[in-house]
Amino acid sequence: MLAVHLPVFQVLLPLLAAPVSMLLPGSRVSWVFSTLVSWGCFALSVLLLQQVLQEGSISYAIGGWAAPWGIEYRVDTINAFVLLIVSGISSLVLTGAQASIEREVAKNRIDLLYTCWLLALAGLLGIAITGDAFNVFVFLEISALSSYALIALGSGRRALTASFRYLVVGTIGATFIVIGIGLIYMATGTLNMADMGARLPAVAESRTVIAAFAFLIVGIALKMALFPLHFWLPDAYSYAPSPVAAFLAGTATKVAVYLLLRFSFTIFGGDFAFGAMALERVLMPLALLGIFIASLVAIFQMDVKRLLAYSSIAQIGYMVLGISLVSVTGLTAGILHLFNHALIKSALFMVMACVFYRMGATRLDDFAGLGRRMPWTMAAFVAGGLSLIGIPLTVGFVSKWYLVVAVLERGWWPLAVFILFTSLLAVVYVWRVVEVAYLRPAAEGAGRCEAPLSILLPTWVLIMANFYFGIDSSLTVGVASRAAAALLGIGL
Amino acid sequence: MQHHTVLHVVAKILLPLILLFALYVQFHGDFGPGGGFQAGVIFAVGLILYGLIYGVDILKEAIPSRVLRVLMASGVLLYAGVGVLSILMGGQYLDYGVLAHDPLHGQHWGIFFVELGVGITVASVMTSLFYAFTS
Repeated sequence: MLAVHLPVFQVLLPLLAAPVSMLLPGSRVSWVFSTLVSWGCFALSVLLLQQVLQEGSISYAIGGWAAPWGIEYRVDTINAFVLLIVSGISSLVLTGAQASIEREVAKNRIDLLYTCWLLALAGLLGIAITGDAFNVFVFLEISALSSYALIALGSGRRALTASFRYLVVGTIGATFIVIGIGLIYMATGTLNMADMGARLPAVAESRTVIAAFAFLIVGIALKMALFPLHFWLPDAYSYAPSPVAAFLAGTATKVAVYLLLRFSFTIFGGDFAFGAMALERVLMPLALLGIFIASLVAIFQMDVKRLLAYSSIAQIGYMVLGISLVSVTGLTAGILHLFNHALIKSALFMVMACVFYRMGATRLDDFAGLGRRMPWTMAAFVAGGLSLIGIPLTVGFVSKWYLVVAVLERGWWPLAVFILFTSLLAVVYVWRVVEVAYLRPAAEGAGRCEAPLSILLPTWVLIMANFYFGIDSSLTVGVASRAAAALLGIGL
Repeated sequence: MQHHTVLHVVAKILLPLILLFALYVQFHGDFGPGGGFQAGVIFAVGLILYGLIYGVDILKEAIPSRVLRVLMASGVLLYAGVGVLSILMGGQYLDYGVLAHDPLHGQHWGIFFVELGVGITVASVMTSLFYAFTS
């Protein structure tokens, strides 16, 4: 009987657990509690994905009010996949977070961190699962407000300005999104996504709908840090506590990419978004510029967390490039990279948590000699870096492979060359860190100081996942291509 | 503000009225304009007025921060708990109709407790914000 209620429990579990964790005594207890809750969410999302793959999409009417009037939770292949990514990354990162959070966050604020984490998780899962456009906005605010608080908890005063800047930009993004949703509501009289999708073609010519489309795309682009709207991201990721950066890097921007897919394909429809509005002509140049410029800027960063943040902006470019090809292979590549990049970046930011735990900073100079002093940590960085570059047997390779195939399908071979060239830029920035860590000697008398096992183990699980899904990509590619076909309305 | 006798007297007269009005907005919300959010804000305004006139320390003695923390959490839990209860009684999440024998009464009870949860959380969050600014 409870299986029917799976979709609502996916969001309800972290949402109920957040106030409970606030009442628990001691930060250790809250950590154990929130980690268990997060794994519970992961189990629910695995069940949901299984159910969707077997039986097709699931619909749940909140409050018993039927779909176009009430709020509907609707799970299909793509959002089941996003739910899996978000809850999986949250669980793995949270498992390893405790030691690093104790060190990076002021004592009296730690239990609030776990509450905010659970709220952010609930918000991100809610954005992914809901089938109601206004509900998207509500969950967007829940996740955004709690992630501002999470970022502000970082050590050092600059975390506060980073968080404030994110707050201003994020609020502008959310406002644009709600204006867009309001305009669609004006034109169609409905808030249900599927219903909007059915009613929009009739009014697609109106200026209201076109304005709605523009507002939504800009708002979502702000949220996913698409170049040139990325300026909030480097500060936010580099001053946040490292586990928070690992969590947000793997989930927040990914959910925004999901929103882009959902709004442009399910609601506006591919014909309107990419046919009449020619969205790909906007997205593709921005994606290419973003990949190139952000990779270039990453090369010159003196702080490794910041370097990874810029690399994230470049990786968002790859996802958007895949989407802007508007073909099944292109979308598959984009959705695949959603999953793969979440694994890569969360693993690398967990490595930063290890380094920060011992060194108290992640400046490039702090990495001198770490190859000997923290062999396991740096080995994880090298492995994650290889995946970021896209070496065969890693997930990074799988996504780049599909991306190149999708580009060649269109016959645009200069783009394929471009993708390979920008991978070389990734080699450069990963190598800079590796060089300092392995070839520059450590300071005199600095001994071995490996990170504690509690952080190292989840980091390595993430790294192994990078290789596992790089070798056996049947699950991820299968789900991604089904989701892509469903979005384009082919097959199924 | 020890020497502002007028303020002291006026605040003392207004305070019970403000709190009473908050309760009216809270419990009359399902028949007229109002509801948990507005009621919570009005209630908190009463408490904040008391804090401004008589001093935050006296207010904190009456309502310590740790009590507010419990109240903040319990309001949300009350809201979500009503939803879970409706699942346990065989409906969808937040389907109040199943909460009583008569669906109409069920809807009534459901929204009553949900709004109460909203009111408790809003009032305690507003007061905590006031505490945060004054500390």
